This record gives sequence, structure tokens and C-alpha cells, in this order.
Amino acid sequence: MPKNNTFGYGRYLLSIIFAMSLNIAAWPQPMAPFNPNWILLVVIYWVLAAPERVGIFSAWTIGLLTDVLTGRMLGLNALINSLVAFLCLRLHKRLRQYPILQQGLFIFFCLLVSQFLIFWITDSQTIARASYTFWLPVLTGTLFWPLVFFSLRAIRLYRRIR
Amino acid sequence: MDYLPIRFIFEVIVINPLFATGPSINTRLLVAVVASIALLVAERKSSQLDKLRSVLSMITYPIQSITDWPLHHSKETVESIKSLYSLKEENEQLRQEQLIYKSQLLKYEALEQENIRLRALLEKSFKLGEQVLVAELLSVNLAPFEHVVVVDKGTRFGVHAQQAVLDAYGVVGQVYRALPLSSEIMLITDPGHAIPVQINRNGLRTIAVGSGRINRLILPYLANNADIKEGDLLISSGLGGIFPQGYPVAVVEKIIPQPNKPFAEIYATPKAQLNRSRELLIVWKSEAPIPLETQETEQADENHAEE
Repeated sequence: MPKNNTFGYGRYLLSIIFAMSLNIAAWPQPMAPFNPNWILLVVIYWVLAAPERVGIFSAWTIGLLTDVLTGRMLGLNALINSLVAFLCLRLHKRLRQYPILQQGLFIFFCLLVSQFLIFWITDSQTIARASYTFWLPVLTGTLFWPLVFFSLRAIRLYRRIR
Repeated sequence: MDYLPIRFIFEVIVINPLFATGPSINTRLLVAVVASIALLVAERKSSQLDKLRSVLSMITYPIQSITDWPLHHSKETVESIKSLYSLKEENEQLRQEQLIYKSQLLKYEALEQENIRLRALLEKSFKLGEQVLVAELLSVNLAPFEHVVVVDKGTRFGVHAQQAVLDAYGVVGQVYRALPLSSEIMLITDPGHAIPVQINRNGLRTIAVGSGRINRLILPYLANNADIKEGDLLISSGLGGIFPQGYPVAVVEKIIPQPNKPFAEIYATPKAQLNRSRELLIVWKSEAPIPLETQETEQADENHAEE
């Protein structure tokens, strides 16, 4: 048996698939620009919760699938995910002690870095014209972090602790 | 356990083994970053990675379809519980519309023949009769700041990149990327999209650029004194070779002259129902022009060409 028996492959994979589904869901037009990067939030959660199971390579693989799923250049989200996973792995011992607000600050930083990378690497007219709406997902992602954190923790620990 | 090999493969690919035993996370980060940058550069330089994307899209397509599923089925349910009365009404309306269209089509056939005869007189070849494939839209939204939609027909149906896409009202966009089971379609309103158009009234040619708003196109390259009026219909001009000629694209909505600048600010509203159509038509251009006249004239043409 693995040392950390609070990790379940099924729950991990299902949460990733659900996050991918949320990422591409057709929200009504006024809400669409607010849609955060759910996949990255879920990856951050699993890296913090089970760093000995979910690491840089799994984050990279998920990023590659995200690129195909959302039609980005191959490697864009893979790069972002692996960098963020690295930050989380380096800091996970401290981050797990932090209250949720301080975690939120870290999440904000991660999302900002990810959006900056998209901004620099994608040389498209689209982003240049999107103006401030391009940065909205960073804010909403931070606001949704407590929801992601508590619901995924509930899912991860459900019927695992006796 | 009988599923051990599957689990082993799964652990190697998706889940890291216990990381205390593997390389350090710095090394892992380096490998991941180098791999990502290699992919980014390679995709820009060559089209070799299209195969990788096609293979991976087999995994991601199911996620797109399950995302589409609830909305699609809620719409179907609404259809099925519509009252008999409203269905009858709709049926009646559709019948009337069909009658009108049929009568128009009668005239169209006569006009088409006349057009072919006239063009034969002018010795111009005439391309007509595009083939279409009906594709259904998946209700997914790939990136919030882009106007790219996904349809459920891909290279398995022979779809390829740069095909024109229409709906019942006008030009919708073009196939941006064809994957085996689905394809991504860039709408004409995407900020990165431009379509060559001409004004139906006088044949003035220009380019309509997407604005990033679903109900607006921009005509940035028309001079202040250009012969254009509000309400003019813009049709595809057929230049550029992607869009077939003569399909309605947009209606001119607003003209703002800019006396101190070379070009006026002109906005147009797309004819196609970009955010409402669920069925789209993917167009195949007929490569060879339709023969103009009888066999003899063709042979004469060939002889002429040989000379």
C-alpha cells in the first residue's frame, strides 16, 4: 500500500476531467471572460495535497492535454503547469500551514505568472485587443480558490478517514 | 491483481512514482521546461506536430462531448415537451417558408442557366455548385477572448483547414484546425480574422476584419469618400481563394468619417447568426469549373489552348 492512503487515482482523474469540462463550458456571454483556469487550480490543489504523487511531469502531461483541448500552441499550458507545480512543490510544506487567505495570495501570484506567460508567448491580435478582460480570470481564479480547496479536500478525504 | 500492468503504465505516464527515489525537482523542472519550449518552437517551424495533436485529440474529444451533453440534451427535452399547438404553428410557418423558398429556387435555376449562357458569351469560366457537409456545433468555449467554435465533424469526414463555413444566413467563418473527430472553426468576428468582401451594390472590394464582438465587423481600409452607405450588403468577393464568391457576409451598420485620417471608421453587422446557429455548413469548393457549353466548344477550347 502507498504511504499516503488519502490519495485516490479515481478522484484525482475525475477532478481533472471535471476541471477541463468547466474550462471549456459555454458560459453565457457576459460570464465567459470571467471563467478562471480551473485546471490549473485543481493541479495546484493536488500538488499541495499529495506532492509525493502528483508532481511536475503529471502537471506537464495535463498541460499538454489542455493545449489540445483548448486549441492552444502545444507546450504553452504544459510550460505553465510545470512551472506552477514546481513552485508548489518547493513551498508546499509552508503553504499547507498558511491560512486560506495567505494561500489565496500565493494562488493569485501563480495565476498572474500563468497569464503573463500566455500574454508573452501567444503573439496574437486577439489578446492585444482583449485589453483588461484578459486579466479577469486571475481575479476570479483567486476568488474561487477557497471553493476549489474545500470541495476537493472533502472529495479527497471522503470515506478515507475512519 | 489482474489490472497490474495497466496500473503500472498509468503510474508511469500520469502519476509520478514516489519522488524521493527519482531525480530532484529542479532536474524535473528543467526537463519539463525544455520539452515545452521544444514543442512550442517545433510547432511554429513545422507541421510535424499535427499528428501528435490528432492523437491527443482522441483523448480530449470525449471531454468536449461530455461538456456539450447537458446543454444539448436540455434543449432536446424542451423540444420534446413543446405543446402540440406550438409545434403545429411552427410546422405551418416552416411549410410557408418552404413554399416561398421553392418558388424563389425556380427562378434561381432559370437565372443560373441564364448566367452560365451569358458568361459563356463572355468566355469566362463560372464556378458554381459547392458541396456542403452539415456539422453540428458543440457548445464549448475554448478561450474566452477568442471566437473559435468546435463542430463534430473532422478529418474522418474529409474536412481540412481553410474551408469556408456557412449557415443559412451567411458566412460564419473558416476551418482553423481539423482534428480526426472534430474541427475548430474561427468565426469572422474573431479579432485575428479577415475576410475579403465586396459591396453588392457597386462591387467595391475591401476587407472586413473581426472586432472581437459577436455582432460587429470592422471595415478599416475604406477611404472617407468611398461609395458606401448604411444598409449596404457585403458579399464575399472570392479573392484569397478560401471563401466562395457571392455569399452574404454582413450589412453596413454605421459609418463614421474621420476627416483627419486616411480611412473612415465603418462597422458592419454579420448576416450569419453567429451565436445562435447550431447547424453549420462546411463548404467544399468544386475544383473544376462547371463546363460552360457542349462538348464541341470544350474541344475547341482545348485546341485553342494547345495552339
